[in-house]
Amino acid sequence: MPDQEKINYLLHLADTTLILSHRNSEWCGHGPVLEQDIALTNIALDLLGQSRLFYQYAAELMGNTDEDQLAYLRTEREYKNLLLAEQPNGDWGQTILRQYLYSQFQQLLFQQLVTHNDQQLCAIATKSLKETNYHVRWSSEWVIRLGDGTTESRERMLHAIDELWPYTGELFDPAAYESVADVDFTSLQQEWNKRVKLIFEEATLPVPEKIFMQQGGKTGAHTEHLGYILADLQYLQRTYPNSIW
Amino acid sequence: MVTPGNISEDGIHRILDTVTDPEIPVLTIRDLGIIRNVILGEHDSVEVQITPTYNGCPAMDMIAANIRLALAEHEIKKVKITTLLSPAWTTDWMTEEGKEKLRNYGIAPPNPKQQVCNQGLFAANEAVECPHCRSHHTHRISEFGSTACKSLYQCDECKEPFDYFKCH
Repeated sequence: MPDQEKINYLLHLADTTLILSHRNSEWCGHGPVLEQDIALTNIALDLLGQSRLFYQYAAELMGNTDEDQLAYLRTEREYKNLLLAEQPNGDWGQTILRQYLYSQFQQLLFQQLVTHNDQQLCAIATKSLKETNYHVRWSSEWVIRLGDGTTESRERMLHAIDELWPYTGELFDPAAYESVADVDFTSLQQEWNKRVKLIFEEATLPVPEKIFMQQGGKTGAHTEHLGYILADLQYLQRTYPNSIW
Repeated sequence: MVTPGNISEDGIHRILDTVTDPEIPVLTIRDLGIIRNVILGEHDSVEVQITPTYNGCPAMDMIAANIRLALAEHEIKKVKITTLLSPAWTTDWMTEEGKEKLRNYGIAPPNPKQQVCNQGLFAANEAVECPHCRSHHTHRISEFGSTACKSLYQCDECKEPFDYFKCH
């Protein structure tokens, strides 16, 4: 496969997992109860580990760079993460729903990547999938608990759906470089819809009708939120260049 | 005694058996199944192949450093540590001895993956044995625990909360 496309695809996977990890880590010390605070930071750690493997592999292909430079010294327009990953935490319900929508997607996508002809990509996907299975289970149980919970928790979940659903179309709208993924996005979308419908039904939540979908994250056109995340994430390296851990 | 010029694979393994997991000090890295291969090279060089448990596990860097230290104590300094991602680490690689040590330490060892470990959605909770009173009347408090590899359980018999090393 053409190397530049592969590099872009690896960066897309790395950026998405890094940004979602960063968002989740913002909950550290603020979770509603200790166990769930720990659960979410554990998920943040898993995602960070996955993102490091993608960055390391991309850096190896690019030469002359490393995982830290890729994470800390690229600008907003160079980031290729999904718009969904950068959306604000909102309340607990919104964070849960964002995690569920992404994890369900990641699980189905990585199930396809485990047979990819690139051995390293295949190895990373296989390893990550084990972690993702736990993320899907944890987040879907919470979607059900909140959706089918109290009047207030349900209202908050309905609000979360309104906020996040417009960012789910992008998951299945491949950028040019995603041809290297060798993934059938149409069947991926059908399967994702099926799974999400199952969980939403269990949670007594409505699946939105066809609505306008945002896109652009995969090619660097982000919502206003990413700049603030990067300002936070990259502050130290930008202020004290070349400092090391 | 393993010294340079007198290096054997067995000897290296014996040294590596002194390296423990930083988070769960009763387990050696061999008990955990982290050591994949030891390859002897020319001029007393050694390559140790390890595999990460969880992708984000912060203990991995420390484990690699501790391997170097343990070997350096035996004057073995030409050490290369390689990380293997594939095949992906599984708790099925944990030794029986390691599982027994975990239990005595108060952590329920992972269930065998093919038999009872269930990662499916809405699957019945797996029966996890309480490491204190050995009762199977336990319930899960949280899917995630104090480290990436553990979840939180409580025993319904003796009421003690405990960590379960989840199967992976």
